[in-house]
Amino acid sequence: MEKKGGLMEWLDKRLAIETLWKVMMAEYYLPKNINFLWSFGVLTMLVFVILVVSGIILLMYYKPDAKMAFDSVNKTIMMDVAFGWVFRHVHAVGASVMFLVLFIHIGRGIYYGSYKAPREVVWITGFILFVLMSATAFTGYLLPWGQMSYWAAQTITTLFAKIPFIGPDLVIWIRGNYIVEDATLTRFFALHVTFLPALILVFTAIHLYAVRIVGSNNEDGIPMTKEEKKKNGIPFWPVFMAKEYFVMSVFLLFFFYLVFFNYKFAMDPINFQPANYLQTPPHIYPEWYFLAFYEVLRGFFFSETLGLIGFVLSMFLPLFLPWLDTSPYPYVSGKHRPLFKIMWWIFVADFIALTILGKLPPTGLFAWLGFVASIVYFLFFASLPIISYIEKKKVASGGGQ
Amino acid sequence: MAEEKVSRRDFLLYAMGGWAAVGLGGVLYAMYKTWEPLPEVKAAGIVRFDLSQVKPGELKVVQWRGKPVFVLRRTPDMGKCENRSIANEYTVVVGICTHLGCIPNWETDKKIFKCPCHGGEFDACGVNIFGPPPRPLEIPPFKLEGTTIVLGETGPEYEKMMKG
Repeated sequence: MEKKGGLMEWLDKRLAIETLWKVMMAEYYLPKNINFLWSFGVLTMLVFVILVVSGIILLMYYKPDAKMAFDSVNKTIMMDVAFGWVFRHVHAVGASVMFLVLFIHIGRGIYYGSYKAPREVVWITGFILFVLMSATAFTGYLLPWGQMSYWAAQTITTLFAKIPFIGPDLVIWIRGNYIVEDATLTRFFALHVTFLPALILVFTAIHLYAVRIVGSNNEDGIPMTKEEKKKNGIPFWPVFMAKEYFVMSVFLLFFFYLVFFNYKFAMDPINFQPANYLQTPPHIYPEWYFLAFYEVLRGFFFSETLGLIGFVLSMFLPLFLPWLDTSPYPYVSGKHRPLFKIMWWIFVADFIALTILGKLPPTGLFAWLGFVASIVYFLFFASLPIISYIEKKKVASGGGQ
Repeated sequence: MAEEKVSRRDFLLYAMGGWAAVGLGGVLYAMYKTWEPLPEVKAAGIVRFDLSQVKPGELKVVQWRGKPVFVLRRTPDMGKCENRSIANEYTVVVGICTHLGCIPNWETDKKIFKCPCHGGEFDACGVNIFGPPPRPLEIPPFKLEGTTIVLGETGPEYEKMMKG
């Protein structure tokens, strides 16, 4: 970028690429007190690129038709296309790993208080990206048209029937049939490969733009001006990215280890049976990344309606974090908030417990454990206004930070 | 307000905006309609079945909207089926367990529907009598035309059943 003359200068005169580069990369400063958890944002973009590239290759042989879909994946792509299996496993493992990276990225944002003012827009766009990514994963999971694909889609679309008044008609509208059928497959395919990725790109752009306006948070949650960061911090390019390349390399080792030696975790054996609408598998469960939310749905085992309300809340409550947590502490990081820290680690443990319970049959003791774990999930969100209140009192009496 | 005059420029803006809103509404409506089930799917959603072809004590399975519908012609020893009886002697229910959606089997000797997944049992009326199912088997919307049952349309018999 330093070079003058030639193509770069020609472009700069017409597109001001030098200014753009400075704003986005070379003069975007990060504080020094960040840790390796801050590298997961760029990792999500790396995984997204991997998913798009592998997805385009799969697109060339996949057939979005109820009669052809299963064979186009399990025969054509897996057996006939040279290296087709690599791209399929990369895509399936990539989807799984995307959520691992996202959970860490989101968890870092919560623990260090990155959702708090002035970063609400970063948080909201990030939340929208999570919802879009979930929708993309859900629509994509139907495409191989195996038994688990089919019954996962059948079960989740049935949930919409519980919406008052319009529910039953809405389900038929979403499916384009009375059951999940060819129409459903083709429209899920269309959403999966065009509409949803396009929206993800748009919101990624807003997300990155917003983070460049308000700047990165840091480990201690100290508010810093741009000038302070410029003086004491590091530029995104080349210093931060130099470290990021190392993290990326380690990550890719892990990623390709999964792709080549451990891909089976992303391939459910039941999904190697073609979809059959007259035969329900005895045990239906989603992929691991939805298990926690799914367990909240099942956790209220005595009432379907409560379970559904809990399920919707469990997914959408995080959006309201900036307004649930109104603590006046100027240092927003959970590192300096003992009460918050306790609730946070309970929440993390609970999320893992829900994920494990989500795969177990919902009977006997597990049903009750699921119920308790579902309640604990909401305790974190319920505790935030209380913690904020206590911290407000502390600040008023001269304590706190 | 009376004194405020809508300028020519404002008028044009409102007119254009309004017209664009109508256009957008039309486009959204058309997009909404494209997702509705196709005519052939809707037509296949209504199934006719002649009840008289079922012999007493026999169970027939009819496919309706991708679901199995059990048609059982009951014998007197199978009970009266309060408010669940169709044409006095038939049980017509969606053959999907109300627990987790498996398909129960009809056990002729015991005269019950037994679910292979979690052992739920339903009597000959389709009412849950044992195990985890929370509700009786669902009765599909139907209409009676003589001895023919039309699945997917609601007749007076069905409405009466749902009320009581």
